[in-house]
Formats: sequence, C-alpha cells, structure tokens
Amino acid sequence: MTPNLFFHYFFNVDPAHTGTGNMPAEYWWIDLIRIVVRVLVGLFAILLVVPPLVWWERRLLGFMQQRQGPNRVGPFGLLQTIADGVKLLLKEDMNPTNVDVVLFVLAPIVFLIPALVTSAVVPWGPSLTWGASAPNVSVGVLYLLAWGSLAVYGVVLAGWASNNKYSLLGGLRSSAQMISYELGMGLAIVTVVLLTGSLSMHDVVMQQGFSSLGLPEWNLLKFFPMGFVAMLIYAISMLAETNRAPFDLPEAETELVAGYHTEYTSMKFAIFFMAEYANMIVVSAICATLFFGGFHAPLLWLDGSFLGPLVGKSSPLLGGIVAALVPVIWLVAKILCGLYFFIWVRATMPRLRYDMLMRAGWLGVLPIALGNILMVAIAMALGYPAGLIAWLVVFGIAFVVFAGSKAANSFTTNSRRDTTVRLYGEAQPYRTVPEHSGHGAQTLPPNALSEAALAAAAQAPLDDAFAAKKG
Amino acid sequence: MGLWDNIKTLGQEAKAPLTGLGITQGYSNKERVTIEYPDVRRPMPRRARWRHVLNRYENGMEKCIGCSLCAGSCPANAILVVAAENTDENRRSPGERFAAQYEINMLRCIFCGYCEEACPTQAIQLKDICELADDNRKDLIYTKEMMIVPDPTKP
Repeated sequence: MTPNLFFHYFFNVDPAHTGTGNMPAEYWWIDLIRIVVRVLVGLFAILLVVPPLVWWERRLLGFMQQRQGPNRVGPFGLLQTIADGVKLLLKEDMNPTNVDVVLFVLAPIVFLIPALVTSAVVPWGPSLTWGASAPNVSVGVLYLLAWGSLAVYGVVLAGWASNNKYSLLGGLRSSAQMISYELGMGLAIVTVVLLTGSLSMHDVVMQQGFSSLGLPEWNLLKFFPMGFVAMLIYAISMLAETNRAPFDLPEAETELVAGYHTEYTSMKFAIFFMAEYANMIVVSAICATLFFGGFHAPLLWLDGSFLGPLVGKSSPLLGGIVAALVPVIWLVAKILCGLYFFIWVRATMPRLRYDMLMRAGWLGVLPIALGNILMVAIAMALGYPAGLIAWLVVFGIAFVVFAGSKAANSFTTNSRRDTTVRLYGEAQPYRTVPEHSGHGAQTLPPNALSEAALAAAAQAPLDDAFAAKKG
Repeated sequence: MGLWDNIKTLGQEAKAPLTGLGITQGYSNKERVTIEYPDVRRPMPRRARWRHVLNRYENGMEKCIGCSLCAGSCPANAILVVAAENTDENRRSPGERFAAQYEINMLRCIFCGYCEEACPTQAIQLKDICELADDNRKDLIYTKEMMIVPDPTKP
C-alpha cells in the first residue's frame, strides 16, 4: 500500500464520480477512515469555525461602526473568542432556583443538535463518497426542513424552563417567529424542488450546471425574476430562522434583557452562542447549495469538474485530488459570502417591531412566495415567456392594489420621520474635532438650525396626519 | 396622496435597505474614530485637573513649606501634612519648614482643586495625569514620593 494508492482511493480518483465501484474489497479500511473523516469534518468543521466567525463578526461590525473591533489577543485579535470561550468554561455553572432542571439543561443541546445534524446533507463535492456525511439522502430537503423546525424547541424550552418572564417572552416570540418564517423558507425551497425535480441535495447542485458558454446556471438566475425572488425570500427567512438582526426579537437585548438565555451561564450559555453561529454557517451553506450553485464555480473554467480532468491528464492522482478539493473551496467561498451578508445586515438594519415582524411574515413573505411558486410552475409548464408575462401581470396588479390600499399608508406616511427631516435636513457627517475644547463642550452641528428656528419649527403644525389626529 | 405618489414612495421604501447597506459598507473602509488607548493617547484638554503633583523650584528646592493650608482647605479631609524644620545641613525648601510627610488619600479626594487655590507657594497643583486606577485601597494613599516632580538639577 503506497501513499499514492491510499490517496487514490481516499479521494476516490474517479473521473465519472460514480461511487466506490473501483475500490478493491480488501481496502475496506480506507472506506472506514473516509467515513470517520467525513463525520468528523461534518461535525467539527462547523464547531471549529465558530470562534473565527465570532471574531470576524465583531471585527467587521467594528469596522462598519468606525471602531477597531477586538485586536489585542493574538494576531489581529484572532484569539479573542478563544479567550472568551475559556472564560465561559471557567465560570460557575449554576441553575437558578425553581428552574425545571431537566429542560433547563436539555434546551441548549436541543438547540445545537439540529444545526450540526442538518449540515450532514450539504454536499461538498460532486463525489458521493467524499465530502459531506450524507450528501445523497434522497429526501435531503425534507430532512433539512424537519430538523430546522426542531431547533425552535431549544429556544422555547429554554424560555419555559428558565422560570423568568423575560425568557418566557423571548421563547414565545421565537416560536411564533420561527413558525411564521419557516413557511416562507419552505416555500422558497419548494421552488428549488420544482426546478430540480428531486429532493436530494446532490441532485439540486448537479442540475445547477453550466450553460454551453461556460456561464453558471444557478437556481438564482433561472426564470429570471422568479428564482431571484425565491432567493430573496429564502435570505429573509434565513435571517429570521437564525434569530439574527433585524429579526433578533427572541434575544432582543434592549427589551428582553437577553431573551431566552437570560438565566444561562457558563458552558450552557456557550452552547447557545455556539449553536447560533453554527446555525448561521449551516443556513448559509444551504442557501449556497440551493440557489448559488453549491460547490460549482461561478465560471466553468474555474470548476473542479473542468480543472480536475485538465490536471488529471498529466497526473491522475493530482487530478483526482483537485477534483475533490476545488469544489470544497468554492462552497467555502460562497458560505463566507453568506456569512458576510449576515454580519453586514446586522450592522445596518434596526430591529423590527414585533407586529411588523408578524405582518411581514404572514402578509409579505408568505403570499409572495406562494405566488412565486405558482408562476414558476406556469413557467415550467408553458415556457419562460408565458411565465414571465404571468409573473409581471400578477405581481404588478398585486403591487398596484397594495399601493392603492390603506395598508400602504404605514409605508407612505411617517409623520415622525417627516418632522425629523424638516428639523435636521440631511444626516450630519462625523466631524473630527481638531482640539478638544474642554469640559465636554456640546456643540451643535454647523448646519443645524438656530435656536429660534428650532422653536418656530416646534410651534408649526407637524404633519397633516399628525395634526389631524391631534384635532 | 394619490396612487402614483404611493407607488413612488413604496419604491423609495424598497430602495432604502439597499442604501443603508451601502452606507455601512462605505463606512467599513473609512478611518476609525477610536484609538488603541494604552498604546495611543489623545492629548488631555488644556484645563484638565486630575492628580496632584508637588512642584519644585528651578534650583531643585521643594516649593512646599509644610504650612498645611491645603489640608485645612480640603473639604474631604483627604490631605495629611506633617512639617519639619529646615536646617542648614538639610535644607529642602526656601521657607522655615518643609513637608516631611505629605499624603493624599485619592479615595477621599474629590478633585475640587481647593488645595491648589489655598497653596501660598503654588507647591501643589492638579495636573492632567488621569490614570489613577488601582486594585488596592492602600496603594491609593499617595505619598510625597509619588507626587513630587523629579529634581531638575539631578539628572
């Protein structure tokens, strides 16, 4: 058994990627090693990526808020999250009085397990024997949805078992929110299932191939507005499903202290934290797989299925390894883009009010997703032009009806915003103060209105709607 | 508001999140407004009044003559002055006496600056040394050695 032969079978150097057909039976132990490696990679890759991800998020948030972010511990502050983890490990692990101990301990685990388990069906390469733990489960999409809905139990159990009003509110909010947005997410996924004709994640990726020009044919680009709308709906729902800003109501720090994990300390809190970030990674991976071509490159000439055989002409072993690892690199790149989107949105969007969240879920995301599925079905049955016309007509009519209805008023009139705009004009840019004037002098921005003008503006009728309400 | 106005406003509302994303993205490349504090320090304001120092004359003599006016004027009773007579062999200040022991309890001090005002020789002054944190109460009783400025005649 030479190392070359080992790698040959380990990476399954098989141009057609058909399976393990070419491996002699006496090398069963290579299969065993590969299974162990796959499970370990599937399990620990996610957990090991969490600390750098937390660091990346804090650092990026800092940059977007013109701060430094963590940069003291280790190079660029990379070890900051490790230090935080060690701190959490060493803290006292306590259960408050009157908590339901069994559920209290169980909740973080119930929250973490679905995140880890769903990662199993994400395919990491065209080979069925190398990559994720179970990429070719024939019901992969159902498996995703089933485990995804179990994650909410962790949050609800945590809120319930904590015996704390704020935690209970957080848990209740999260159950309502996750159930509402799971519908939108499920319907966005159904669009992909319609396009694929299969529930297997591997098939979903393999049908997002390349056009004859070598350009990508991702689900996002199929039947143009429809695939894109499905992707948008999935993106919004994945923010809500992972309880991330602007949908972070279950743990809204400013109103619910910390929501469902107020009472958690030490490692139990760390598990919640880890699960949240593991969820982010998994959901980004699923988004990349469903809509962004999974492990395929954005151009044919960069793809493993193109580079592998190219390299394989001179060295079959190297070609096989390239064919196995290049797709992994592309999937990781897409996951990183998804994570960047998560962090970027968190730095930008304020948290929604609870009624806004529910309205957006049931009256926005759900009908749009339903209509979109219908249009995709029409496009598949009658061809793209018919589908596009139907899409434009249906969504155009719906948009005009909405704009003419009373429901649009909440978007089109905003007396508070109008007043702010009238008083302060445009947003003030940050100014560097050349010399500190001492005693923390409070100065008005240079183009602010004078005190007399401000007083006059305060006296003036604020807004038609506002004035009418006042009487 | 007509239908067309509503449609235009709704379009703006749909564009707003993208504008916001663009703003945060733009800010991520801008210069940071925070500094790495212990390594980089901003100059203190000109009129900052923090920790006390005990001054010397240019010839190295201590300005403090041990008169205890600072201790008398201190509303928080934070200053202790024990004076001793100057002798020809051991002359520490130009006056008759000098402060043999000078302590300020920084936990009691309210940084009002009355000591500075009361001092007839401008021996005690509040300067811009603001880093006073410590982890031991005893270390926060500042002695004369901690507060007196270095002797300019001795390198």
